[in-house]
Amino acid sequence: MLYAMLGLLKKEFLALFRDKKSRFVLIGPPLIQLLVFGYAASYDLNRVPIAIYNEDSGSASRELIARFTGARAFREAGRITRQSGIAEFINPKKALLVLHVEREFTRDLSKRKPASIQLIIDGRNSNTALIALNYAQTILADFNRSWTAQQRLEKPSARLEIRAWFNPNLNSQWFIVPGIIGLLTLVVTMLVTALEVLIGKALPGVLIGLVEASFIVLMAVYWFQVPFVGDVAALYLGIILFVVSTVGVGLMISSLAATQQQGLLGAFLFIVPSIILSGFATPIANMPEAMQTLTLLIPLRYFLVIVRGVMLEGIPLPLLADQYWPMAVIGLVNLGLAAWMFRRRLY
Amino acid sequence: MNAEHSVPNDPSARRLRLSGLIRKEFLQIRRDLSSIAIAFLLPIVLLIIFGYGVSLDARHERVGLVAENPGPETADFFSGLQGSEYFQPVTFSDQRAAKAALNRRQISAIVRLRSDFSRQSLSGQSAPINVVVDGVDANTARLVSGYLQGVWAGWLQRRLDERAIESTQSVLMQQRIWFNPAVRSRDYLVPGLIAVIMTLIGALLTAMVVAREWDRGTLEALMATPVSVGEVLIGKLVPYYLLGMGGMALSIGMAIFLFEVPLRGSLWVLFVTGSLFLLAALGMGLFISIIAQNQFLSGQVAIITTFLPAFILSGFIFDIDSMPVAVQSFTYLIAARYFVAILQTVFLAGNVWEVIIPNALALALMALVFLTLAARRMPRRLG
Repeated sequence: MLYAMLGLLKKEFLALFRDKKSRFVLIGPPLIQLLVFGYAASYDLNRVPIAIYNEDSGSASRELIARFTGARAFREAGRITRQSGIAEFINPKKALLVLHVEREFTRDLSKRKPASIQLIIDGRNSNTALIALNYAQTILADFNRSWTAQQRLEKPSARLEIRAWFNPNLNSQWFIVPGIIGLLTLVVTMLVTALEVLIGKALPGVLIGLVEASFIVLMAVYWFQVPFVGDVAALYLGIILFVVSTVGVGLMISSLAATQQQGLLGAFLFIVPSIILSGFATPIANMPEAMQTLTLLIPLRYFLVIVRGVMLEGIPLPLLADQYWPMAVIGLVNLGLAAWMFRRRLY
Repeated sequence: MNAEHSVPNDPSARRLRLSGLIRKEFLQIRRDLSSIAIAFLLPIVLLIIFGYGVSLDARHERVGLVAENPGPETADFFSGLQGSEYFQPVTFSDQRAAKAALNRRQISAIVRLRSDFSRQSLSGQSAPINVVVDGVDANTARLVSGYLQGVWAGWLQRRLDERAIESTQSVLMQQRIWFNPAVRSRDYLVPGLIAVIMTLIGALLTAMVVAREWDRGTLEALMATPVSVGEVLIGKLVPYYLLGMGGMALSIGMAIFLFEVPLRGSLWVLFVTGSLFLLAALGMGLFISIIAQNQFLSGQVAIITTFLPAFILSGFIFDIDSMPVAVQSFTYLIAARYFVAILQTVFLAGNVWEVIIPNALALALMALVFLTLAARRMPRRLG
């Protein structure tokens, strides 16, 4: 029995890797995508263009502006000298934001009157706009603190001390790269299962998924330097269940598809909502109730909680039980249905 | 066969051959309805999921409150959090219970006022407010700390107003967010999503069509007929172009009428740039289909080269300017990048030609390159 299984496995692998182009598809693109996406998919702002519209000639405004243009998040895109210049920078996307300091700024500040600055932000991508606003608020808060200290003004009656757990520098790569482990494993596993018409084969999909996931975990830890504080066994139980449930869905699609085009459509109809609703890029908690319920059907959703929880927080295996069993159920149900469908189609 | 050798090349014969090819393609579309599903079902499913399901605005974020020595001062500070639409506060009796809840992901931040908070804040010292945010999702963590800063600044201001003292917060910031003042993330996600959907449609519709002829051996039959390579390509393009534009019209209609995204620019700009984009996407699909030579491989390549790059590298969600330079140069190869810029601008800002024209030219160039490559690599004889 075992011997026959091994022989079958060997045959499958040979069949899959015999074709040079297929071989490339399974190895090359995931590597390239991991490297490109790992650096591209980030909510951190980095050298975003900011234009300066300074009507004040005092030293305080110069100091404030230097704090903005010197910050890592921003780079100066140019200076504006009149009101209409704001649109000339924002509309064609030459600057994401404009910092406007009015004429009385330094005078007001030295008279201890509240001075104000204006920030005009391109809201075409409203999330980027909010993040930029956030960076600006932090820079301004720093400026205010040092100004208050310099001028020996009355201290505010309370101050915020914010610390971030599990990711002290709020490096969003630590959040995204573990997510990519799930994404690419999902895509590759679907590629080898859903596109095959009529031949239900679970083993090659499972093995390729496992190899793929292991490889990306290694890259995440050794190349992207994402911390791994948890238990390898807790992660691997998650990987195995995730791959098996994905193979189950893939074979289910393949058993329903009459042509390869239908298989391809089915794969997309599963992959795309999976990625969107899994919490990879946008938090599940922000979704309406009905959508949150829908996410319960998506294996990737559970896997992302496991991979992030184990790598960043070190959540132990028993506490992840609620994430493991739904994937096991999804996998078993789909594998069973697919097996039944294939049998019916063969006879 | 020999009688056909004097291939009639006058325009009317060419038109006849072309219309025959187009009819054949339409018949094939009718036989396997998945093409129609790709053009019309895919946009509906995706737009509904995205339009209703995806939001980057953190609202009703659950925050744990710990007051070690509850009193009027701490209650006053917490009232600012309780009144905010961004937070859904949960009170804990001590820090240990709050930490346990944070570890179990029941709350995403803890705000802790120490036992001497009231005394310090009344005596003119700066009383520390300890905030711990769950940093696993760095973006949400940053938004939550931004909202908390807002609550804190509002509280300081209120207290100063009560005591009729001028602000000690030396510089105040007024912000204006152009084009989307209410910061509805749906208003930018839906237009960007149209580009992602069109990428999928373009590649999915065509990735299979030539590969299918390879697999079935019908390409040889086509080669035996007097049609030229250009005619075969046009015969493949026209039906899928029409299907794709139908899908795009549906998407734009849903964006405007169902999701109420404002359209500040013109429809005809969307039509022209949409056509250019679709030609680029179809051209890429055809090229993949010709190179791959079988449906299995062609489908794999289509999955890998379309959705994820369009999702991550197009500027649809992640800001391109913030990416490392090497990755930025990679994004120039993604047609969706140009179309996302056009869509977000035409919907939210209007006809800003400085954005539309260069991006449209880039799309035209990509369409030209892919279609030329497809024509070049299209087999003329059996090898």
